[in-house]
Amino acid sequence: MSEQFLVNSSPHYRCKDSTMSLMRDVLIALIPILGGATVFFGFRALTLTLVSVISCVSFESLFNWMTKRKNTVGDLSAVVTGVILAFNLPVVTPYWMVIVGAFFAIVVVKCLFGGLGKNFLNPALAARAFLFSWPVIMTSFTKPLLARYYELSFVFGEPMFVNETSDEISAISGATALESLKQGAQPEFSLSEMFIGNIPGCIGETSALLILLGLVYLLCRRVITWHIPVFYVGTVALLTFLFPAGNMENLTYMSYELLSGGLLFGAVFMATDYTTSPLSRYGKMIYAVGCGGLTVLLRTFGDMPEAVSYSILIMNVVAIVIDRYLKPRRYGIGGDNA
Amino acid sequence: MAFSFRGGIHPDYQKEKTAASVIVSNMPQPERVIIPLSQHIGTPCQSLVKAGDRVLEGQKIGDCEGLGAPIHASIAGIVKAVEPHWTVSGIKVLSVVIDNDGSDEKVEYTPYEGEISDLTPEQIITYAREAGIVGMGGAAFPTYAKLQTAIDRKVSTVIINGCECEPFITADHRAMVEYPRFIVTGAELIRQCLGVEDVVICVESNKPDAIATMRSTADGTGIAVMEVPTKYPQGGEKQLIRAVTGREVPPGKLPMDIGCAVFNVDTCASLYRAVFRGLPLTKRVVTVSGSAVANPANLLVRIGTSYRDLFKFCGGFTSEPYKIVTGGPMMGIAQHSVDLPVVKNTSSLLAYAENGEEESFSDTEVCIRCGRCVAACPMRLQPTKIYENAVLNRFDECAKLHVQDCIECGCCAYVCPAKLYLVQAMRMAKSQIPREGAKK
Repeated sequence: MSEQFLVNSSPHYRCKDSTMSLMRDVLIALIPILGGATVFFGFRALTLTLVSVISCVSFESLFNWMTKRKNTVGDLSAVVTGVILAFNLPVVTPYWMVIVGAFFAIVVVKCLFGGLGKNFLNPALAARAFLFSWPVIMTSFTKPLLARYYELSFVFGEPMFVNETSDEISAISGATALESLKQGAQPEFSLSEMFIGNIPGCIGETSALLILLGLVYLLCRRVITWHIPVFYVGTVALLTFLFPAGNMENLTYMSYELLSGGLLFGAVFMATDYTTSPLSRYGKMIYAVGCGGLTVLLRTFGDMPEAVSYSILIMNVVAIVIDRYLKPRRYGIGGDNA
Repeated sequence: MAFSFRGGIHPDYQKEKTAASVIVSNMPQPERVIIPLSQHIGTPCQSLVKAGDRVLEGQKIGDCEGLGAPIHASIAGIVKAVEPHWTVSGIKVLSVVIDNDGSDEKVEYTPYEGEISDLTPEQIITYAREAGIVGMGGAAFPTYAKLQTAIDRKVSTVIINGCECEPFITADHRAMVEYPRFIVTGAELIRQCLGVEDVVICVESNKPDAIATMRSTADGTGIAVMEVPTKYPQGGEKQLIRAVTGREVPPGKLPMDIGCAVFNVDTCASLYRAVFRGLPLTKRVVTVSGSAVANPANLLVRIGTSYRDLFKFCGGFTSEPYKIVTGGPMMGIAQHSVDLPVVKNTSSLLAYAENGEEESFSDTEVCIRCGRCVAACPMRLQPTKIYENAVLNRFDECAKLHVQDCIECGCCAYVCPAKLYLVQAMRMAKSQIPREGAKK
């Protein structure tokens, strides 16, 4: 026996989680949503996601190689960014746009600011905001079953309609629930359809059922805490219940608001991004309430139908301020409850 | 169970390895013991013996003026040398080396035969001092000094700490199950000494058998037994006081400043032995465990026995250990050798096998700001913020983030997915802050 022992500082005990395992859990939580999207929007949802993931991973590798850094794709964070970016796009988005988005997310937003843990905006959301430079495509939300029908005519390559006039796009695009709500009209979809996700929208945002399934998994695996999703959705629920638009019942209006757009997906998978949300429990609550308040404000008074992305991006910046100024109560001062 | 404290972690306790193992009290006497003359917080002892002297078991071989506790021989034999020897803390300390002469001769012990209620505080304090009792939970603060200060500061609540929240260790657990009477009577002695009403024995909920024995034994004594939630570091002084009293110890203050004194269960048992058996502190229970140990066990060990003897008694190693830890895995100290002596506050000895389940070594990654350390910190600190300032030597920023409140429990580093060395950074910052202040 050599009797050479490792001497280092305590603790001599570590949990098994690593950055990679956390990211892997997020990916596992996203898999059912990808499956659902493939059913609702067709095979193209899958290929779009693949293109996005491959682009994100390639750009990160390339950046690390060009700047002589350690390759960090093994932590799977670029894969997560790729999936979430794709889930934020309509299924008709051309592949070149996905690649541009991946470049913006990984290189501009993430790597140039120092890589994982240093970006101040959520990369996928910032890329989505950037891709709104092509607003027509970004709002071409196809009706789910119609998309499947079109898919039958285009087995490979770009679906023809994307390159056609905007008239044709609108022919296959359905009015989203949010657009109807904005007019003060009840959406043409039933609440159960919206819960299952068989409605027009971005690839990953339509199915409340599968998103909630992912949320349960993330909570059980302790990847995220309940604070951000609950406070975000709770704030939106409260405000929309109190101030319904049109002639809808408070509860009906609230239910439609909660199930439309990217609210649930944003609250579960994007607002909870570690790097761009506050560290502390109370910080997370303030941040989530901010996200919820902004979402309702922008949905009601903004010109764009969707507000979740911009709300989260704005709160990403505020999170830095929250972390700086929100100090936890010091142990031993003002904490007695005897 | 009520709320205990904010933060904390739920590690894999691995206590089942030794939780049912009865304390082995007939371990063969060691051939040689090495007894360091400083096993407590305070002044090191002066040796009362020299090489060639014959000593008996229980004989006082070291004593000091001021804060400290005398030290006694744990075997009968010949003093081979009084020389510096490596100890747990990684420094050499003057130690008395005694070679066993096999005679097993003891000094004559004089037990107290009266009632507890007839003892004066001064008598109890003298017993505690002469028996060399120190805090056996880990801090090794001389018990007589704690009792004296507690009287002076008019402590109103005494907490007997049987939480044993560190993974692996079951020494206190077995003590509570096997000799509850010693612990309860020891607690009664402390109550008599301090003249307080309120004495609570706290046990974590993962030791139902210990809670049952403590409850039935304490029945009728007026000493309460409280079940506290299983959560690390529940046995931390500040966390336990919060759980029992709802009060928090202000920064830079001591538990006594809010009327609390905390004693370990094994310290109570030692006080009982000192008074009613006349025995000095020459033995203690040590848990030997870890993935490299063949037969993990709880052993009653003579102070000064080398780690090598303990591991040998436990069947040696199943595979070559790569790390030896004294104390629990969360706050214990990694050792460079197995030729070190057990001292008064050695509660456990762990040997880790390479690729064992305790630690997996992976590269340190970057902080992803997951906030787990912030949620886990029982002192309400923000470890990741302190870390990023400490590595840049911005110690004044660390001070503003109250790094000096850190109890080094290791929760932050345990939960960190990036495997950052958060506790090291904290220690570094803490050690720099007084110096920074001194410059001004």
